[in-house]
Amino acid sequence: MTKYIIKRLLIGVVTIWALVTITFVLIRIMPGSPFEADNLSESAIEQLEDAYGLNEPMWKQYVLYMENLMHGNLGISYTKNVSVNTLIARGFPYTLSVGLISIVVSAVIGVPMGIWMASTKRLAVRNTLLGIATLGVSVPGFVTAILLMMAFGVWIPLFPIVGLMTAASYVLPVAAQSFGQIASIARLMKTTYSEAVQMDYVVMARAKGLKKSEIIFRHVLKNALIPVVTYLGPAIAFLITGSFVVESIFSIPGIGREFTNAISNRDYTVVLGFSVFIGAIITVANLAVDLLCSVIDPRIRLND
Amino acid sequence: MSLLEISHLTTSFSTPQGTVRAVRDVSYRLEAGEVLGIVGESGSGKSVGMLTLMGLLASNGTVENGTIRFKGEDISPPHGRDKKAAREYEKKMRQIRGNRIGMIFQDPMTFLNPILKIGTQLTEGIRCHQHCSRAEAREKAIQLMREVGIPSPEKRLDQYPFEFSGGMRQRIIIASALACDPELIIADEPTTALDVTVQAQILELLKKLTKEKGTSVIMITHDLGVVASMCDRIAIMYAGKIVEEGTVDEIFYDPHHPYTKGLLNSINNSAKESDEPLVPIPGTPPDLLKLPAGCAFMSRCPYTMNICEVQLPPEKRYSETHCSRCWMECRDESYIRFDELPSADPVGSRTEG
Repeated sequence: MTKYIIKRLLIGVVTIWALVTITFVLIRIMPGSPFEADNLSESAIEQLEDAYGLNEPMWKQYVLYMENLMHGNLGISYTKNVSVNTLIARGFPYTLSVGLISIVVSAVIGVPMGIWMASTKRLAVRNTLLGIATLGVSVPGFVTAILLMMAFGVWIPLFPIVGLMTAASYVLPVAAQSFGQIASIARLMKTTYSEAVQMDYVVMARAKGLKKSEIIFRHVLKNALIPVVTYLGPAIAFLITGSFVVESIFSIPGIGREFTNAISNRDYTVVLGFSVFIGAIITVANLAVDLLCSVIDPRIRLND
Repeated sequence: MSLLEISHLTTSFSTPQGTVRAVRDVSYRLEAGEVLGIVGESGSGKSVGMLTLMGLLASNGTVENGTIRFKGEDISPPHGRDKKAAREYEKKMRQIRGNRIGMIFQDPMTFLNPILKIGTQLTEGIRCHQHCSRAEAREKAIQLMREVGIPSPEKRLDQYPFEFSGGMRQRIIIASALACDPELIIADEPTTALDVTVQAQILELLKKLTKEKGTSVIMITHDLGVVASMCDRIAIMYAGKIVEEGTVDEIFYDPHHPYTKGLLNSINNSAKESDEPLVPIPGTPPDLLKLPAGCAFMSRCPYTMNICEVQLPPEKRYSETHCSRCWMECRDESYIRFDELPSADPVGSRTEG
């Protein structure tokens, strides 16, 4: 087990190295530079580039960056004049809190909704739920976010629509982030649940005279949840690294919004630093989900 | 009082193609300590009959008619769609399933839950019915595993089904059915999914355990060899009906129904000359969606008469235990008034064969 975790973490390091290298190259290929502005003289730009080491040859910059990265130093933002580490430390709590709440909300609503869809005998209920779920997966996040903002922030002003000042201001961004996830989880849950209740071992459990609740919780749900847990891994990574769109629309000072700004400003160190950070989170989240799956399903062997 | 009395049981399934009557007006009884074999082809309603008895039908199945008595207690499934009756029936059956009637299933690969420990799957039934502690149930499970011949049960108890071979899993399923010392065991093709060598071991085990405890058994199979070695009585099913019923000797040495004769002709046995060819029954079982008004075996029977097409054959008794349902057996019966039937002439009306 420990061996497996170490192996996975090492693979994760390699993944992140590849991620950094590819991002490093791609971002330099992108036209434009951090100091491209009409009111800057050529000598001023040169001075700035000199200060940030951008006039060095590309390989030297890469080596220097990697060296700093090894020491946990992600560099200094060209536009904000603070370290990238500070930017992450400042923005991540907001992103994380919205993300975690969204995951919990998505799972808590999505899983029962899927079970309900699978087990109801009333066609009207099932079709309504299925319709909502289909809508949820097909409507893009920014449309949901803007519609929610219009409906509950403008027409019926129930919740604040900017920032994260009070508890009430979490409602709309969380709703916008969760809607699609709820729909995906519910649809997946519906499929796996209706498969699991038809399995032979459920007949055998019934033949033992077990209570319906025991059959559902011990036999059906445990089996039905495995694919959902697998799906949750990437979903968690996606949510806690911040939905760029939702953060921008609701003006949440999280890392998602910072990331989008950095890309349009060609703020190389910020883009790279955030990529590393998000990559690390995704690696860890996937590892955590694989470990969780092996706990639920003993057939998955981890120590190979 | 018989242990089990089933009368006029009729079960149907609603499918997109129409209503399928899988079990049609089936009646039989089982005495305590007796072993009854139910033999028939796939789709003849053997398993559905047992699932009806246990109240384990799939959601599209309904019991149209019939009563089931278990030791005098009425455990007939509700016939209508009354929710209250269904709830009460379910409550009553939960006390019986696994506790007084145990069921052994066909496929050890799919009937054990792949992600639960063997111990959990063995003890959950015991804990449910005997209300004992976790440790007591575990003790009982270890003892059961020893009885069904699983070595080092203490260790195996904490393993998962994928760590067991097919034969070992079937032993676990048997142990689980025997867990609460039931009065009746229903074995639904317990050896079909196993290797031939393992089949014999499992049958031997089943025979030994049920003899020791005096448990009654209903053995569902399509293997006549299995019934010959295990059963006291045999019921032959065809298209949802029992066509012949009798003791093992009566069925094997004095078969009356053409289907029974056909089955016996199509298996190898020592009474035959070794180079004598086996005679298969021509044709295929009828489509359960389009059953004829008369005898369902008509299309494959070499002795078909006109009456077979229009009316179900009555029961003909040969002894206390032996009876069959075929018009051929009723030719000389005076109680049947052939003249009332349309275009039915008892003499000289054989069409083919």
